[in-house]
Amino acid sequence: MSELFSKQNKEAFWQPLGKNNPVTVQVLGICSALAVTAQLKPALVMGIAVTIIVAFANVIISLIRNTIPMRIRIIVQLVVVATLVTIVNQILKAFVYDVSKELSVYVGLIITNCILMGRLEAFAMMNKPWPSFLDGLGNGLGYAKILIIVGFFRELLGSGTLLGFNVLNYECLQNIGYMNNGMMLMPAMALIVVACIIWWQRAHDKDLQEK
Amino acid sequence: MENSLLSLFVRSIFVDNMIFALFLGMCSYLAVSKSVKTALGLGAAVTFVLTVTLPVNYLLQKYVLANGALVEGVDLSFLSFILFIAIIAGIVQLVEMVVEKYSPALYSQLGIFLPLIAVNCAIMGGSLFMQQRIGLAADDPKALTSVWDALVYALGSGIGWLVAIVLLAAIREKMQYSNVPPALRGLGITFIVVGLMALSFMCFSGLKI
Repeated sequence: MSELFSKQNKEAFWQPLGKNNPVTVQVLGICSALAVTAQLKPALVMGIAVTIIVAFANVIISLIRNTIPMRIRIIVQLVVVATLVTIVNQILKAFVYDVSKELSVYVGLIITNCILMGRLEAFAMMNKPWPSFLDGLGNGLGYAKILIIVGFFRELLGSGTLLGFNVLNYECLQNIGYMNNGMMLMPAMALIVVACIIWWQRAHDKDLQEK
Repeated sequence: MENSLLSLFVRSIFVDNMIFALFLGMCSYLAVSKSVKTALGLGAAVTFVLTVTLPVNYLLQKYVLANGALVEGVDLSFLSFILFIAIIAGIVQLVEMVVEKYSPALYSQLGIFLPLIAVNCAIMGGSLFMQQRIGLAADDPKALTSVWDALVYALGSGIGWLVAIVLLAAIREKMQYSNVPPALRGLGITFIVVGLMALSFMCFSGLKI
C-alpha cells in the first residue's frame, strides 16, 4: 500500500496540478484550451474527456512499452489515442449531444493534443502502468483546471451566466451601468485570459520565470 | 467558378485563419516562433503537408466514409478519426523519405520539423473542418464541393498559418530588446501579442470578394 502512494507517485500526480501545469508551464494542449472555453459547460466536458483519455492512453502505452519498436512508436501511440478518442466521441454523442455539437471538431483534435503525445513520450514510455496512470490523471486535471478557470471568467464576464444560469443579468446592475463584455467571447480574449493566468502564476512562483 | 475558388482562398487565409480564428497548431506555433528563419521552414512544411493530405482525406471521406458511399446504408464516418490520422502519419513519413532521398538540402532544413507535423493540430484540424464543410449547402461560402475546393482550402489555410507564424516570429525577434516585466517574460507576453494580433485579424471578418 505504501508503495502505491510513495513520494514519487504522489509527485507524479500533484506536480502537474501546480508547479508543472501542462498548459501554463509545459505549453501543451493550447489549441483546445483556447477554443472551447467561451462557455463553462463545454470547457468542463472537454476537461473531463481529456483527463480520461490521457490517463488510459498512458496506462495502455505503459503496458506495451517494451514491445513497441522505436521507429514506429509515434504511429502506435496515435492509433491507441485515436481509438480512445473515437470511443469518447461516440459516448459524448450518445449522452450529451448538444455539448458534442458545440465542441465540434475539437473532440477529434484531442488526438493531436500535444498533452497526450507529450506525456506518452516523456512518461509512459519509461514508467510502469500505475505511476503512468497517476501522471496522466494529474496532467489531465491540471489541463481541466486551466480550462475551467478560463471558461469561468469568459462566460461570467462575456454573457453574465454560469453553466447557462443567470448570474449578472439583472436590471439593477444594468441601471448602474454594468454591461456584459461581448469581447470576452471572441477568440482573441481567450489568449489574453490565459496570459493573465500565466502572469499570476509566475509572479507568485519566481522559479518559473524565464530569463 | 474561378471567382468562388479565389474567394475561398482569400477567406481561408484571412477570415478563417488557422491560428487567429480557430487556434489550430498553437503548440508548435508558440514553440518554434523564436526566429523568422525556422518559422519560415515550419510554415512551409505545414503548408506542404496540408496541401497533400487534405485532398486525399477529402476523397476518402467522399468515396469511402460518407453515408452510403461504399455500401448502401452503411455510414462509416465514426472511423474518420483513425483513418485521417493514419493517412496523415503515413503521408508525413512518405514525404520525409522522398525529401531525404531527392533533396538532402531541403531535408536538412525541414528535417527536424517533419515528424513534428504528424501531430500538429493544424493538419488534423484542416481535415476535420473539411469533413464538416462537405455537409454545408452549396451556396454557403464555406462549403467544399469538389476536390479542387479542398485543394484551394488547404493551400489557403497553410499560407494563413505561414503568415501568422512569420509575423509572430518577427515580433518576438524585436521584442528581445524590450524591457518586459519578469513574470511575463517569454510565454506570457507571447500570449498577449498573439491575442492582439488576433484582434487585428478580426477586422477581416466581413471580407467579401
